[in-house]
Amino acid sequence: MEELLDILNGLKPGVDFENEKNLIEDRILDSLDVMNLTVELNDEFDIEITPLDILPENFKSVEAMYALITRLQDEG
Amino acid sequence: MKNILEYLELSAQKYMTKTAFTDEMKELNYCQCVEYSKKVGTQLLELKAKRQPIAVLMDKNVESLTCFFGVVYSGNFYVVIDSFMPKDRIEKIFKTLCPIALISDYAHQDLARSLHQQVYFYEDLMKIEIDEEALQAVRNQMIDTDPLYALFTSGSTGVPKGAVVSHRNVINYASWYKETFDINEKTQFGSQTPFYFSMSVSDVYSTILAGATLHIIPKKLFSFPIKLIEYMNEKKVNTIYWVPSALCIVANLKVLNYADLEYVDKVLFAGEVMPTKQLNYWIDKLPHAMFANLFGPTETTDICTYYIVDRKFNDDEVLPIGKACQNCDVFLLDENDQEVLDNREGELCARGSFLALGYYNNEEKTKEAFVQNPLNKSYPEMIYRTGDLVKYNEYGELIYITRKDFQIKHMGYRIELGEIEAAVNSLAKIQNCAVIFDEESDKIVLIYTGKIVDKEIMEGISHKIPHYMYPNVIVKMKVMPYNQNGKIDRKWLKGHYKEIGGK
Repeated sequence: MEELLDILNGLKPGVDFENEKNLIEDRILDSLDVMNLTVELNDEFDIEITPLDILPENFKSVEAMYALITRLQDEG
Repeated sequence: MKNILEYLELSAQKYMTKTAFTDEMKELNYCQCVEYSKKVGTQLLELKAKRQPIAVLMDKNVESLTCFFGVVYSGNFYVVIDSFMPKDRIEKIFKTLCPIALISDYAHQDLARSLHQQVYFYEDLMKIEIDEEALQAVRNQMIDTDPLYALFTSGSTGVPKGAVVSHRNVINYASWYKETFDINEKTQFGSQTPFYFSMSVSDVYSTILAGATLHIIPKKLFSFPIKLIEYMNEKKVNTIYWVPSALCIVANLKVLNYADLEYVDKVLFAGEVMPTKQLNYWIDKLPHAMFANLFGPTETTDICTYYIVDRKFNDDEVLPIGKACQNCDVFLLDENDQEVLDNREGELCARGSFLALGYYNNEEKTKEAFVQNPLNKSYPEMIYRTGDLVKYNEYGELIYITRKDFQIKHMGYRIELGEIEAAVNSLAKIQNCAVIFDEESDKIVLIYTGKIVDKEIMEGISHKIPHYMYPNVIVKMKVMPYNQNGKIDRKWLKGHYKEIGGK
């Protein structure tokens, strides 16, 4: 979780990622952010997020992203 | 035909209740589009103004389109203000523009009222009764060189410049676009670019000319590419004209490995250089589609040259920008304003009916770019200097080199930053890059994103470019900064690369 927060803060400084629960609806993360974040998460966590997993519910909050990463790590 | 509304009305007569525009919430057929636009137009007649700017502040939806046409019905011209534009920028635009009124909707009430005294709301305008006679009287006075809209682009000094585009410009331009890419009544556009960006002019007006249908793709879908593909399939989108960065999202995430675009058979792009690697991904996935690279500034309505991809390109080859559009002439001028006819590079200049009228309330900038043709001493003839350096390749196709301001002198060599970018972009693990030049320290700075380290980059480009073009500073970023039009924000990078890790 710490590592994920580091990545997010590096990607978009100044956002309260711990408390934002609607990163997508509130337009905090745009399409290019999601693409860059996907590439970065794949890289850092050695997982493969495919387009099938790139859904609003998996990116709307830190918890959602963490759950996605954990699931993909377990599957891998 | 002298007025863009004639095309809209003709399509309404011919196609009646056929869908003209759709967005996530709503659909509008051709007859409704004319009706709603006339309502807007009728109300605006009370301003008793001709050829004056009226701003429209709304989201990118079907309603906003009827407001644009409504302004035209009233004999004035429209200026699109995006509801997500920073307020500071809107105020700067308004300072130059001095719009006589602002059209908005209830959703943007507070912002609209804080910007202008005279605000009309779309919801109220829909209650107006159309005055056909008065609208016709206005139409009778209009001519094809009257302004249709003004589009603001960022100026180098930080003050936005508003290119004023006429009916004649758009009629000529959209006719070329329709013919060249065979836009017809079966065309289903998937519109990606914002309405304050010149590329959307192509989508909207070729749709009207051809009696086609334009689908506004919700911006948020570009974050969730599978949903994007599903939406496009649901709308049966067969033609797209996107910025390369949108096409790159699909390519970089390999989206088409997981979902098929069932109907798309035309992929057009413009706005910045399309990286060949990502283009090859698209071509591989849609082998039967037409791909075309369009090139030009807002000042030539949208485009002045184009290239339909007709051969294979390696990942490190650059796509040509091709040849001049029909009824738009381009030529190259050297430093001494002499025409370049061989394979030397020169500044791309355009003449003809695509040329905008100039910059609104900005005589100084207009005089710099819209000038008398230096090759013609005999009668007044306006040309537009694009500020882009280009040259002809061995096939007689134009190749874009760089912005005139991006060509640098480093260690005595003349260097095109775009060439370094192309070399870096061709490396498999590079996601995106920008090369800037810091004149003060005489350093070439490479900023990139992608899962690759500096050493690999240097090894990779050593086979592609000479040593004097090697970057002196390399900065890895997690995410590229983009400006409002979705292009890499080079200006910002230049001022900030040191803070983000470049020495």
